[in-house]
Amino acid sequence: MSRYTPPEQSKAGQVFDIAVVVVAIFVALWLPLKLGLAGAAKSIDALDAKTWEALGQNPTMASIWEKLGYTPETAHDIIQNRFHYIIDWPTLIIMAAVLIGYFVFLFRASDREYRDVINEKFEDK
Amino acid sequence: MTVAVENTITTTIHGDRVSLLRVLGPAHVWALGVGIVLVGEFTGWNFSADKGGALAALIVCWIVGLLYTSVAMIDSEVTSTVAAAGGQYAQAKHIVGPLMAFNVALFLVFAYTMLEVSDAILLGDTIVAKAGVEGLTHNSFIAATIVVLAWLNYRGVLMTLNVNFVITAIAYISIVILFFSVSPWTQGAVLKLNELVTPGNALPYGWIGVIAAFQFGIWYYLGIEGTTQAAEEVRSPARSLPYGTMAGMITLLIAAAMTWYVCASLMPWEYLGITYYPLWDAGKLTGSPLLENLLFVATLLAALASANGCINDAARAWFSLGRDRYLPSWFSAVHPRYRTPYRSILFLLPIALAFAFIADLNQAITFSILSGVLQYTFMSINIMMFRKKWPLGSIRRGYTHPFHPLPAIVLFCLCVVTFFAIFLGFGSQLIAMVAFYFLISLWFHFYRYRFVRRGDQFTMPWPKPQGY
Repeated sequence: MSRYTPPEQSKAGQVFDIAVVVVAIFVALWLPLKLGLAGAAKSIDALDAKTWEALGQNPTMASIWEKLGYTPETAHDIIQNRFHYIIDWPTLIIMAAVLIGYFVFLFRASDREYRDVINEKFEDK
Repeated sequence: MTVAVENTITTTIHGDRVSLLRVLGPAHVWALGVGIVLVGEFTGWNFSADKGGALAALIVCWIVGLLYTSVAMIDSEVTSTVAAAGGQYAQAKHIVGPLMAFNVALFLVFAYTMLEVSDAILLGDTIVAKAGVEGLTHNSFIAATIVVLAWLNYRGVLMTLNVNFVITAIAYISIVILFFSVSPWTQGAVLKLNELVTPGNALPYGWIGVIAAFQFGIWYYLGIEGTTQAAEEVRSPARSLPYGTMAGMITLLIAAAMTWYVCASLMPWEYLGITYYPLWDAGKLTGSPLLENLLFVATLLAALASANGCINDAARAWFSLGRDRYLPSWFSAVHPRYRTPYRSILFLLPIALAFAFIADLNQAITFSILSGVLQYTFMSINIMMFRKKWPLGSIRRGYTHPFHPLPAIVLFCLCVVTFFAIFLGFGSQLIAMVAFYFLISLWFHFYRYRFVRRGDQFTMPWPKPQGY
């Protein structure tokens, strides 16, 4: 097998590739924030009666909330802000498919590249 | 003028070849690993109580501890054999292939950079909360933290990790002092676990909440695998890396158990699940000004140590990508005087600053966790391939982990559970991140790989892998 000689990359090409990576990083991390896709899926289960009892807090818990500077009114949105774990099957299936597809592609494409590496490295052995 | 030389660990400056310095010992490896991770006890782990309740946070502390013990065992074997800067990146390059290595390096850079962002946000918020001055924002503290630590990393790895060793030790001792100050052997005087964690609220979401809590349970230990990044700068990798990593893991398991016990015994789970400073709050709730101030300082030190280690690790992963031409080789330069990957440090600096200003704490933590779990999934498969391609006895290993393939299977199963946990509440973020990795992989495979020298990717003095 002949030894592969990669092309020399021009300075402009290097700058362009750096720009591509920077843009990709910002899109990956910033876009989910901008589109509201990041963060916890929680919602407040509002209560009419805002007392420690109604909020499910015993006297010890209530005393600690008060020590931390909270009243039943100010603690209400913290205590009642809950996750609602309903499994959305289509989303779960999409997530699983994306993850599996990603790893399958990674390992298969990597293996093709790895064979080039091994063939060239050990060509004389 | 500095000219990068690809595929070597050196840089040529005016005809002289310089490389990263081998100056670190096991204590530095411990400081790098624990320094990055210990901040997880000061913030982040407690969000697992938000997702599943106080008892769920304890259950995942143990189970995720098992996941990380598997990570540490697997990592110690592979790293003591593949001792090169970039850690898991170098492992992937030699065992799986270039595209996987490219992805693993990105996992590392994202996990550490977002962890650094989380640390800076924590530090800024803690100072603002302590100051209690109206109108004071965390921005200047965040910027100062990131810039000063980047400068420290720019100046040299030995000084960076000496600083980390001292501040990590102080932060760790503060947890031990807090634990013994609240008479942990007696309930009722200071600690009130029985009244705060009751049969009615221990698992408010049931067992689905326990699974969901895995996501932030990762935060108890995330980053311990970063010890491998120092592989090219450690005097004796085969000894120092396994020793430092395993000692770090034991240290963290003890700290995590103490942290949960004190915090769950001092505050209701609803508050514990949302506070940014569970240990500082615990110090306040003891009623002791000394403990309150000690935990305040320790929170800052833990955040500093973690951010410091993260800059170190992210820069080395990025440097490795440049050195192998997976990214422009401009990044592969070593500083002529300080022997640090200075261009990588400087390149990642504005990225960390930008996200510190636009993300909030639990979003930044989730970004970091996602990249971490993708990496652990790779590690579980990687060790299987490593043992298959080079069975025991075929090459010299610095350390051989026991019970193979059990740790790899446990790690893989726990990663699957954690992906499901992230789906429960943060599913859209997970899909967006994986879509990014998929697209950037296409870019690498079909375009960037043309600049990579094939045979030079394999630098270990090993025989040809079996099956090739």
